[in-house]
Amino acid sequence: MIKLEHVNKSFHNGKPAVSDISLDVNTGETLVLLGTSGSGKTTTLRMINRLIAPDSGQIYVNGMNVNTHEITSLRRTIGYVLQDNGLFPHYTVAENIGIVPALLKWDKKRIDDRIRTLMQKLHLPPGEYYNAYPQQLSGGQQQRVGLARALAADPPVLLMDEPFGALDPVTRASVRKEFRSLDEINNKTVIMVTHDVQEAFELGDRICLMDNGMVQQTGTPAALLFSPANDFVRAFFDDQRLLLELKAVRLADVRPWLDTNTPPSTADTAVLQEETSCWQAMEQLTMLSSLNYTNRGNLISIDTSGLMHAFTQYKQTISSNGRSTGLS
Amino acid sequence: MEDQPGFPEFIQQQAGKLLEQTLQHIGLTFISLLIAVLIGVPLGILITRRKKLAGFVLGVAGILQTIPSIALLGFMIPLLGIGAKPAIVALFLYALLPIIRNTYTGILQVDPTVIDAATGMGMNQQQLLFKVQLPLAMPVLLAGIRTATVINVGVATLAAYIAAGGLGEFIFGGIALNNTNMILAGAIPAALLAIIFDAAVARLQKLRIRSVKKTLYILPFLLIILSAFYLLPTAYGSSLVAGFTPEFMGRKDGNLGLKQVYGLNIRTVVISDMIMYKAAYEKNLDVISGSSTDGRVKAFDLLVLEDDKHIFPPYYAAPIVRQATLDKYPELGPALNKLSGIINDSIMTELNYRVDHLKQDPAVVASEFLKAKGLLHTAKQGTKGKVVIGAKIFGDGYILANMYKLLVNGYTELEAVTKTGLGGTKICFDALTNGQIDLYPEYTGTGLLVILQTDKSVVDTIIADKQKVYDYVSTQFMQRYQIRWLPPIGFNNTYALMMRRKQAADLHIKSISDLKEYLQHQ
Repeated sequence: MIKLEHVNKSFHNGKPAVSDISLDVNTGETLVLLGTSGSGKTTTLRMINRLIAPDSGQIYVNGMNVNTHEITSLRRTIGYVLQDNGLFPHYTVAENIGIVPALLKWDKKRIDDRIRTLMQKLHLPPGEYYNAYPQQLSGGQQQRVGLARALAADPPVLLMDEPFGALDPVTRASVRKEFRSLDEINNKTVIMVTHDVQEAFELGDRICLMDNGMVQQTGTPAALLFSPANDFVRAFFDDQRLLLELKAVRLADVRPWLDTNTPPSTADTAVLQEETSCWQAMEQLTMLSSLNYTNRGNLISIDTSGLMHAFTQYKQTISSNGRSTGLS
Repeated sequence: MEDQPGFPEFIQQQAGKLLEQTLQHIGLTFISLLIAVLIGVPLGILITRRKKLAGFVLGVAGILQTIPSIALLGFMIPLLGIGAKPAIVALFLYALLPIIRNTYTGILQVDPTVIDAATGMGMNQQQLLFKVQLPLAMPVLLAGIRTATVINVGVATLAAYIAAGGLGEFIFGGIALNNTNMILAGAIPAALLAIIFDAAVARLQKLRIRSVKKTLYILPFLLIILSAFYLLPTAYGSSLVAGFTPEFMGRKDGNLGLKQVYGLNIRTVVISDMIMYKAAYEKNLDVISGSSTDGRVKAFDLLVLEDDKHIFPPYYAAPIVRQATLDKYPELGPALNKLSGIINDSIMTELNYRVDHLKQDPAVVASEFLKAKGLLHTAKQGTKGKVVIGAKIFGDGYILANMYKLLVNGYTELEAVTKTGLGGTKICFDALTNGQIDLYPEYTGTGLLVILQTDKSVVDTIIADKQKVYDYVSTQFMQRYQIRWLPPIGFNNTYALMMRRKQAADLHIKSISDLKEYLQHQ
């Protein structure tokens, strides 16, 4: 869906901002560009919709070369969310959301319907906010309008530049959760820039860790944790390794080591899916003594100590097998 | 001089003219503003995209802004002549800087994130400009237009100096004629215009950005309509154009007299006397109201038309001397009278030409003239006493005072001292009555009208006869102030209509009556 081939970019000071970046993002995948300030992740993102022109290398979006294809019409098929939202202060919320459909010359009725649908989905009641101006909204609401604006024309690709970076931690968590549960993004190819490691682990199917303008490693969260490509990658996650590992490992991964003999809990309790991370399961278990977990239709009961045991076993297996587990 | 009616009466009398001038003023202001917006806004937009040009463009516009307005109008005359064209161009140049600068800063201060978002969503340059940059820059841009409007309303008063009309005609006419009503009749509407337009644009600025979008479309129409005011009141009477000073326009012994006595019906424009002669020379004007002995009459080869019906009062120059001084030094009178009758109009014009135009020293001009006439004697001891000779602040006065100094020093044992540059008539005359000076050259007409403030009834009976005027002022000055008028020097420095010599010859015009005949038979 999106492909970068040996892309380079230097700014006026001559120091390369991005060197020899190659990336491949699959349709429907969420790729997170993770790195510290100045690592080149935002530059990389802005080259994809050509807000920055690369010095060399090719970039393809949906098979079209960004450098040669007529860029304004291509941009209209790429949703763009900015850290400081970039809402038009002289447009109402509705007008802001309707910008790209208007550029695409949709008829008025269709635009209006689309605006209302999106506002509903993003918890911005149209009755209250349709004619409001961005200044009248809270930071979290503004960011949701920014998201709605990017999604308005249902673009196949979404570029997000630290979309939750300007929000306070509480708001950030709730907007992030909303974003994750939004059906609109299910089938979209998303590239998101962040410096927040947890955010990257929560939202990214894959993570591209960047430093000093170069890609250090691209892979699933588990791959980055358990088979780091170099010392930088290893050291990068050390601070919060346990937490990240719990988030990266899914119940499906640890299933072989779970005690399957315990009968399912008869209490009316939550049923977790295979894709649930160990972290989420642990969170649930802080409130309940045991949970049911469905494995191909079979319900298995798990508790905290059983889960931790299985998790430890899994890690040991991984480190002894090295890369052969096929995580990378 | 004249009884001044109350301000409301004046307004009532002059309502037609006031309306015309106000409309001209609005027209001048807005035509130039319209052009400035049409050129300044695109230029401002251009330099946001070509940043290298920004310094240059803003620098040039800034320099234009610092040129004094009267000088800028002066520069325009050789290029564009007189009238509306140079005035509009000058006003346009003044309005340019605030409009370019505010367009530029207005667009640059738009939040870069918003620009980023707009570009990223697929807006092209034009959509970005009209949907984002201009609407968001609008309050700043309007502030620039507001500044430009107020500047233009103010500077447009100066348009009266170059025959472009406007409220300046009243203001400068009023100043010249010392007529407060007339000054106020020009100044109050001008101030009101500035306040009203300022407030109107300020309102535009405060409107919600979204309603401004609509105003954007109304604004050009409004500007065009207001600009059109200037074009309305222009129905011309004749092929020849006369340029008169604001003072001449309002005087009985000026344009009013020309109409009443001669029935002269000529298209007139108001113009400053500083540029009037040159405008006549450059064929922008055909007839001007000059001063008969001005050096520029010679410099620009103009012909003074004969005032065959004597509407211009005689302004014969003669030394006026304190009787006390004459009694003390009887030899002073004969020495001063050496000059009597030897300087006629054309000689005085020549002398003024050498001082004003060729920039020669008045003292040198005076001594060379006396030498040529055989009147220059080497100075004697100057032991008997001191005589102080005064002079007003303009050409004639300097030259004459220097001649009298040389004559007194050459023919008597007195020591003459000059005290020139005594400002206007009042200062000079007060100095004479107080004994700070002993004599100065004065004009009969000034004595009659300004110093004696003679009744209109008396003036009417004697004004046409130069001898009667001289006799009247001689008697009155002696009675009232103990000041003696010595015999006239010979030249008459009065108002005069003048034309280019060649044109006058082509049209066979020698006198004002000839001019009237010519205009009538066209």
